[in-house]
Amino acid sequence: MPSNRHIERYVAPIDETPVAGVDAVDTSQKASSVWGDAWKDMRKRWMTWVCFALIVLVLLAVAFPQLYTRTDPDYKSLMDSLEGPTEGHPLGFNKQGQDVFARLIWGARASVIVGLLATVLTSLIGGIVGAIAGYYGGWLDAVVSRIGDIFFAIPSVLGAIVVMTVLPFRNVFSIAITLAIFGWPQVARIMRGAVLTAKNADYVTASIALGVSRGKILLRHVIPNALAPVIVITTVSLGAYIVAEATLSFLGIGLGDSAISWGMDISAAQSTLRVKPELLLWPSAALAVTVLSFLLLGDVVRDALDPKARSRR
Amino acid sequence: MKESTNVNIDPNAQEIPLLQVRDLQITFKTVNGEVNAVRGVSFDLYQGENLAIVGESGSGKSTTATAILDLLAENGRVSGGSALFNGKDLTKLSRKEMEHIRGREIGYVPQDPMSNLNPVWNVGFQVKETIEANTELRGKDAKARVIEVLKEAGLSDAGSRLRQYPNQFSGGMRQRVLIGIGMSARPKLLVADEPTSALDVTVQRRILDHLGTLTREHGTSVMFITHDLGLAAERAEKLVVMYKGQVVEYGDSKEILADPKHPYTKRLVAAAPSLASRRIQSAVESKATAGTVGDAVAVARDQAAVPTEAPLISVDNVTKIYDISQGGFKKTQFKAADNVSFKIAKGKTMAIVGESGSGKSTIAKLFLKLEDISSGTMTFDGRDVGSWPKRELLEFRRRVQPVFQDPYGTLDPMRSIGASIAEPLVTHGIGDTASNRKTVAELLEQVSLPASTANRYPNELSGGQRQRIAIARALALKPEVLVLDEAVSALDVLVQAQVLQLLADLQAELDLTYLFITHDLGVVRMVADDVTVMRQGRVVEAASTDEVFENPKEQYTIDLLEAIPGGKFEFGTSA
Repeated sequence: MPSNRHIERYVAPIDETPVAGVDAVDTSQKASSVWGDAWKDMRKRWMTWVCFALIVLVLLAVAFPQLYTRTDPDYKSLMDSLEGPTEGHPLGFNKQGQDVFARLIWGARASVIVGLLATVLTSLIGGIVGAIAGYYGGWLDAVVSRIGDIFFAIPSVLGAIVVMTVLPFRNVFSIAITLAIFGWPQVARIMRGAVLTAKNADYVTASIALGVSRGKILLRHVIPNALAPVIVITTVSLGAYIVAEATLSFLGIGLGDSAISWGMDISAAQSTLRVKPELLLWPSAALAVTVLSFLLLGDVVRDALDPKARSRR
Repeated sequence: MKESTNVNIDPNAQEIPLLQVRDLQITFKTVNGEVNAVRGVSFDLYQGENLAIVGESGSGKSTTATAILDLLAENGRVSGGSALFNGKDLTKLSRKEMEHIRGREIGYVPQDPMSNLNPVWNVGFQVKETIEANTELRGKDAKARVIEVLKEAGLSDAGSRLRQYPNQFSGGMRQRVLIGIGMSARPKLLVADEPTSALDVTVQRRILDHLGTLTREHGTSVMFITHDLGLAAERAEKLVVMYKGQVVEYGDSKEILADPKHPYTKRLVAAAPSLASRRIQSAVESKATAGTVGDAVAVARDQAAVPTEAPLISVDNVTKIYDISQGGFKKTQFKAADNVSFKIAKGKTMAIVGESGSGKSTIAKLFLKLEDISSGTMTFDGRDVGSWPKRELLEFRRRVQPVFQDPYGTLDPMRSIGASIAEPLVTHGIGDTASNRKTVAELLEQVSLPASTANRYPNELSGGQRQRIAIARALALKPEVLVLDEAVSALDVLVQAQVLQLLADLQAELDLTYLFITHDLGVVRMVADDVTVMRQGRVVEAASTDEVFENPKEQYTIDLLEAIPGGKFEFGTSA
């Protein structure tokens, strides 16, 4: 063997490579839960704050439209039909002589309430059904999953048209219920998958070996660990439900004629599209911004809860 | 072999190292700023030599290897130093130049044989792909080479298996395929990143032997990345010990391991389980065996006295059969445990040791009443476990507690440590909120963690700490038996030694009985009083630990003992 192959033994100077105590707990940082960590992550991104600001603006319009405008959105003065912006009416008037800006603000209420209600309903129904199906498995899972598949197979807007024409009343609740009927299988599927993963975790086996009952394990360990993807899909679908309300109203089977909603205004603006395209633009823009802010929030939440899905930054 | 190169060159000439790493620095950009993962690593590797980089997880050993192959993650970069390979600085080459070297001149054997072959392509295609990328061979010639390469890697029936898919190969076979791919272009250097960590010891030995022969024939240098000091002692002439991104010791591997100089290396060597290890003795005076513990002879004498008292746990002719659905109505039966019998006396440790598929974990699940016994009986404290009444199940659960393998899965990430440890107390209706808080603090102290840990969440703790929390949770109900299913297998050696010491202390203090399931004979030597060796569901050999290690009777036991890397190596004990 060549002589220079033998190498000098190297030992690092001890003061340059101090050896730490074996496996000491790092107490320098504050304790943090999964949710706490997610929030810390979200807080650092400007996108979060943009979304929050937009959502707060929209929610304020929902709760207190008077903060933005004092004009009655229903007041019609045919004299002003299709007039441009004037003092006190920043966006002008529509064909019926109603104030466009006022309708924009008051229209937020129907859209957002339908969105929130539909989201809450789908998450509750889908979450509970999916959790039970995934956790107990067997024939229960098979039956529930197939029922979900049946609803999946029906295009939701077509289904909603049928249900809405049959329902005896038309208000935000009927729309939300209709949307939930066709929306829950999506949440149920995701919940079921997440529960299947969580229920096979070692900590669940450990709890069984501790003598914890099945129901308690589901509530205490499985559901909290399966919640993250459901929260993500929920924030994203909120935007989709707002769009769905607009779609139904646009088709004339949404809210009643006396209601104010972006979808109905978009529908009404069709007839004056050539004369005054702005009438179509404003409610569409309001809809787009609201939906976008919820979608972006969903994105931020997903990144915070699932660092693996995040693109490398 | 016709292509073997002659490495014996003129000894008088100053030989240039094949790979010369100098002051290598690697930086990762993270959300919390830049992190220096590797700081100033230097070493030389000559043609035909084997070098091992050892270190614990997070020591930077794999990062160093990936930097040499220019495969660092996107947020990482070489921020200083050089890695000269055949005179070319690998850290400064363009992507194109690197592609030319990777595969052709530097081969790579990745860690996980299960995920490193593409399941949608057959094995022959994947090897051929590498050969066509790195050589001029095409078509029939390439195919002939594929067979040659796989035969060399130890797949003797390579010709007929080319069209098979990775799922038709066992873990060891897949690793052979990966070695074949790594060696296919006759590289000068082969980087093997934990090449056998996922495999059973006997398979590991065959693969390492084969890798050794193959690389020797072709004069290939091998750079092993490993956490296993035994493997390093046995397979590499040179050793780099890394700790927190720095080299703490570098030199001749046998010299270092026989006489470690740096305090970290000393600690690492002292903690490494090997056949030469001794039963860990607790400093705590035991209630039951006070005075008898001390040296191995006394332990052995203790063994002899055992049969006179009734065993706490007795397993008689236990069989577990699983029905495996073959699709449709076809079912086959699989005997996971076949006529298994053993006895454990109170306050003792029984180790069940075996390779994957030996049925050792099945025994643990059966005893924990997580699965039903097919036939045979298991008794605990004189009562039948299988027919233990449902109403009294809570009592059984209180007395027998498990600790599982995966430290990252064993604690609910959503709940604080305090809540996790208190769960058994709440479930069994013991104490109120205030007294439970006190109990949790006491339990944390027992596993040598500060009481403030109770407010923290699992994601803030290391693997070893989580495993200690799992032990604390298991101890909350003051059980008599702990079933430890590979409880220390996922831990780094230092942390593993610490947890084993903790288990020994707790056993002496609380007179606990352990059923210790493991694949690691070194660990068995350190903790067990008695050993049951299992293979394919059957008991191969059962005796006291000393007997099994010093005087094994069955060929399989002998094979297992011989397969432990560096098993016979005398590690330095000057810790």
